[in-house]
Amino acid sequence: MNTNQTDASTFDLFKRGFRNGIPIGLGYLAVSFSLGIAASNVGINGTQSFFASILCLASAGEYAGFTLIGAGASYLEMAVMTFVVNARYMLMSCSMSQRMSPDTSVIHRTCMAYSITDELFALAIARPGYLRPEYSYGATLASAPLWAIGTTLGCIAGNIMPANLASAFSVALFGMFIAVIVPPARTNRVIAYLIAICFALSAAAHYLPSLSSISSGTKTIVLTVAISAIAAIVHPQAQREDNAE
Amino acid sequence: MALVTYAVRLLPLVLIRRQIKNRFIQSFLYYVPYVTLAVMTFPAIIEATQNPISGLSALIVGIAAAWSGAGLFDVSVICCLTVFLLERFI
Repeated sequence: MNTNQTDASTFDLFKRGFRNGIPIGLGYLAVSFSLGIAASNVGINGTQSFFASILCLASAGEYAGFTLIGAGASYLEMAVMTFVVNARYMLMSCSMSQRMSPDTSVIHRTCMAYSITDELFALAIARPGYLRPEYSYGATLASAPLWAIGTTLGCIAGNIMPANLASAFSVALFGMFIAVIVPPARTNRVIAYLIAICFALSAAAHYLPSLSSISSGTKTIVLTVAISAIAAIVHPQAQREDNAE
Repeated sequence: MALVTYAVRLLPLVLIRRQIKNRFIQSFLYYVPYVTLAVMTFPAIIEATQNPISGLSALIVGIAAAWSGAGLFDVSVICCLTVFLLERFI
């Protein structure tokens, strides 16, 4: 059973995961604060924002969801939007499925799926060999609660916060998005061009008067699917090497 | 919201036991995260702040910081500081 390269005990793995999860948790605490402000702007209260964050654990997904709630969108629109914005987790989940030991039970897989976020995914796959559930659980426990607490604090304090501080915090989430998309653009010029095209088209969709009747959520869905599909046709990725080594 | 979010994460992990071969789906899934995040960042970032100039500056400074290797948390803080400092002087 214990065929992995490491013979660390279950508890050791958990502890190591927890320790490595702490910096992620602190980052979450700060970033989710601005998510909470976004939530309170559309009339979501502190308790609701706590549950939204602990249940979803998704920055862009929750942000998009809150925006749609503010716009009075339908459940269907919410579901489609949530799917599209979180589609990257599907990619990560696909990629994690290639790194799982065949012994890993469905229960472990079910639990590990909860914490597939940009950061926790990166942390999990940074370890060589098969993914270990205990390590993921430790990292999740150190970070996910802080995500929910930060959201709640932002939601409550966002209202009583001076306007200049609220304004400053409101870009934290965008800062996180930037930190996810820019580093790959350094090494992959296709992504760099793609980001520039996205900015341009997104601005066009936002400012063109003829498109102003379409909700911003729908615009994001349409732009994402269209631009990604065209990019996949024009610049297909080289076959991914087997990352299980 | 939570159900869809979780399903998206769960299903591939439980169902896929071998490598995805379709090149278009692979490429599409590869590009989606960057495209979504880019579309959601701009122009929303310049409307989030009190002053569009500070939002735009945060975008530029954030990109520069991420480009030169700053981590997730650092880029966030740098963006916030940019807005905070600029709005004191504008």
